[in-house]
Amino acid sequence: MTSVDALRAPATAGDDLAAELDRRIVLTTQGGLPLVPRPYAEVAERVGSDEATVRSRLAAMLADGRIRRIGAVPNHYAIGYTANGMSVWDIDEHLIDAVGERVGALPFVTHCYRRPRHLPDWPYNLFAMVHAANREAALARVAEIAALIEREFRGACRRRDVLFSAGILKKTGLRIGG
Amino acid sequence: MPDDGKSESLKPATRRGVAARRQPDDIDRRLINTLQGDFPVVEAPFAAVGEALGLSEHEVIRRLQSLLDDHVLTRFGPMFQIERMGGAFCLAAMSVPEADWLRVVEAVNAFPEVAHNYRREHALNMWFVLATETPEGIAACAHRIEAATGLAVSLFPKEREYFVEMKLEA
Repeated sequence: MTSVDALRAPATAGDDLAAELDRRIVLTTQGGLPLVPRPYAEVAERVGSDEATVRSRLAAMLADGRIRRIGAVPNHYAIGYTANGMSVWDIDEHLIDAVGERVGALPFVTHCYRRPRHLPDWPYNLFAMVHAANREAALARVAEIAALIEREFRGACRRRDVLFSAGILKKTGLRIGG
Repeated sequence: MPDDGKSESLKPATRRGVAARRQPDDIDRRLINTLQGDFPVVEAPFAAVGEALGLSEHEVIRRLQSLLDDHVLTRFGPMFQIERMGGAFCLAAMSVPEADWLRVVEAVNAFPEVAHNYRREHALNMWFVLATETPEGIAACAHRIEAATGLAVSLFPKEREYFVEMKLEA
């Protein structure tokens, strides 16, 4: 059994009830928290529980990572980050994890992942998202990443590209079914 | 991006997508920065946030509603990590012919599994994130999107996560 299965298969009836309540809390709040003075009481009413229980379930989900955080997601265009560049890199298989950790640690990289190539059209296996006030600044940061890789992992990067965002088409976050 | 400011909800299927209707003022920016941290899980969390910023509970709620209405914020609430609940996220991309763009945006966005969707400048010009309740749901959803659009979907599942930090200083 993987750790994921363990989360889906509660051991006792009490866990089962908690899992069911957690699921209802997810369904009720995935579109957002109610904007009322006591939002957790409002959620509790909608899921048929009480405020203290809802708060303790949310705290439990925060503690075990099912909730990354509770808060606001800005439209990055609106707060001045008009250049959103997805930099992609073709990195030597043997060095990819070392390069990924190093690039991910840069302060202006907001997401950094290793992903599969789709050859022949897509040779890139490292994705690093860069946000900046304008395209020139974003490109300068990408050049900074390239220089860092060349300095510390000579020859590891064979090709790179930057895919700028030309618009948000949808940004609702996840929606699981009822 | 300009908007007529009259329509109640922005049409998602425009060429450039969801645009903010206004710029946040200084107080909005402080509020946005604070709300990108951990929102308190206490009885009256908006009052607690307001106290730290010198704003009333009512003012915090009013501004937050307005920032959401004007698309300065795209959402406010818990950010669920579906992988920790047995589900999966996956980045996906398509090459959409320009002449077909609006039809495909509408078709793809209609899937509730599509959590985000961005237009990007590349032959692969549409990049979206799928979120499904089971790992198997990703491939199944990609097939349904291919059937609905008549276009191939390339999947880019993450093999390693080196860093994720979703906060941006406003």
